[in-house]
Amino acid sequence: MPIELLKYGVRRGHRPYRDIPSTPELRRSYDVVIIGGGGHGLAAAYYLSHYHGISNIAVLEKGYLAGGNTARNTTTVRSNYLTLPSIEFYREGVSLFETMSQELDFNVMFSQRGQLTLAHSDAAMRSFRLRAEMGKHAGIRAEVVDAQTVQELCPHVNMDFGGQHEVLGGLWHADGGTARHDAVAWGYAKRAAERGVEIHQRTEVTGFSVAGSRVTEIRTNRGTVLAGQVLQAAGGMNGRIAEMAGIQLPIRCFPLQAMVTQPLKPFLDILLSSSNLHTYLVQSSRGEIVIGGGTDPYQLASTRSSLPQKEALATGALQLMPFLHNVKLLRQWAGITDITPDFSPIMGASPLQNYWLDAGWGTWGFKATAVAGKRMAETIATGRVPDILMPFALGRFARFELLNEMGATAAGH
Amino acid sequence: MKIMTCPVNGPRNISEFQWLGPVHDASDATDANLVDRLFFAPNPMGVLREWWRHTPSNTVFIAERDLRSDEILRTYLKGSDANTPESHA
Repeated sequence: MPIELLKYGVRRGHRPYRDIPSTPELRRSYDVVIIGGGGHGLAAAYYLSHYHGISNIAVLEKGYLAGGNTARNTTTVRSNYLTLPSIEFYREGVSLFETMSQELDFNVMFSQRGQLTLAHSDAAMRSFRLRAEMGKHAGIRAEVVDAQTVQELCPHVNMDFGGQHEVLGGLWHADGGTARHDAVAWGYAKRAAERGVEIHQRTEVTGFSVAGSRVTEIRTNRGTVLAGQVLQAAGGMNGRIAEMAGIQLPIRCFPLQAMVTQPLKPFLDILLSSSNLHTYLVQSSRGEIVIGGGTDPYQLASTRSSLPQKEALATGALQLMPFLHNVKLLRQWAGITDITPDFSPIMGASPLQNYWLDAGWGTWGFKATAVAGKRMAETIATGRVPDILMPFALGRFARFELLNEMGATAAGH
Repeated sequence: MKIMTCPVNGPRNISEFQWLGPVHDASDATDANLVDRLFFAPNPMGVLREWWRHTPSNTVFIAERDLRSDEILRTYLKGSDANTPESHA
């Protein structure tokens, strides 16, 4: 054994290097309190502290850092949505992922390998044409491809399904990619903490004091804090937290289940999904095949898993790639998603003056981690909702100005 | 296997049932609360009254289910509930 290593091992008082500081005591007051220590909240803390000079920030997380939907999603990053405001917003989201590792000096393993969505029906092909044309109009890379191109892009895919659901073509989105979800959250947390942002784990919000149209105090299980501005980015708990602040949100909770297989050697170098089968497959950097799909068929606020849903995922995966039939499942899980009526998020102002919403992220929030954080930080710092967020306002429902992304979200991933 | 009890056909596999969403109070259907009714669906951390359908027999009924535990507390046909005889379903 080298003598240096021996000395290192017996040295007293050695402090291991930490990316994320341990949770400090809560102070009495903060300029900004962020409810939710997931990707979105941490990204907002990063942009506030690095771009807007606001560092007196507390991020309150009821569990552990990025342990909610940031940990449970299936890490698809893409912008091939249907409506113009969505495409423009998510386009900025993808571009921020492209530079994220450099921006944070933290490897988030962004792999822009392209996403292919399969169509097994004429109806799906028609909707893909619309999405491709909208995408081109907004300046993203999205195109309809025929069955032969599908086979070239993904030689492993089962093209005929035994005569049923044969693959007619697909929507190829070259901008699509995937990133390491934990690294995204840790990268933002680490850089925010370097500027003095406090990350309070195991700190659960239990209530608010509201005076007039402002939130004044936030009660937690570790004490009460005063807040200048508040950002709510609480994932599956968004409906409940807003309710505590006296705000009704058009949100329903549905579980979203996913699973991964044992690691395999790399073979799947794109993100593959099927809008008809409600299944998508991606091979992680560890070699696991990540299998995801639509939400559970009924409302629930529990992270339990269910056999029918796992069977549906496995069925879809086996239809797309029958050779996976002997591959063992390694892990499975569920998260609680906060689904909005139009499958678009709710961002911007709330009925309270100093309380800002970054909610309704349902099954589609990971790809927007950076852009939502950046734009919500801008909103809080300037007190003005930027134009790019205006279409996502809570008030759109009362005006019947919905951004219907159900077809590009629930079935598309 | 999760079991749901159809008021007509008895206990069956949950895969035979279709969820149809929350039961609204009929008196709620006014112009004034159209937006609420359309978009602001109930999302309680507790029991939800909801419509379900047993698909093989096309039996539509009401279930009370706890959204925290997924426990189905009871199921009954519209109007047959002893506690709310004139069931505002």
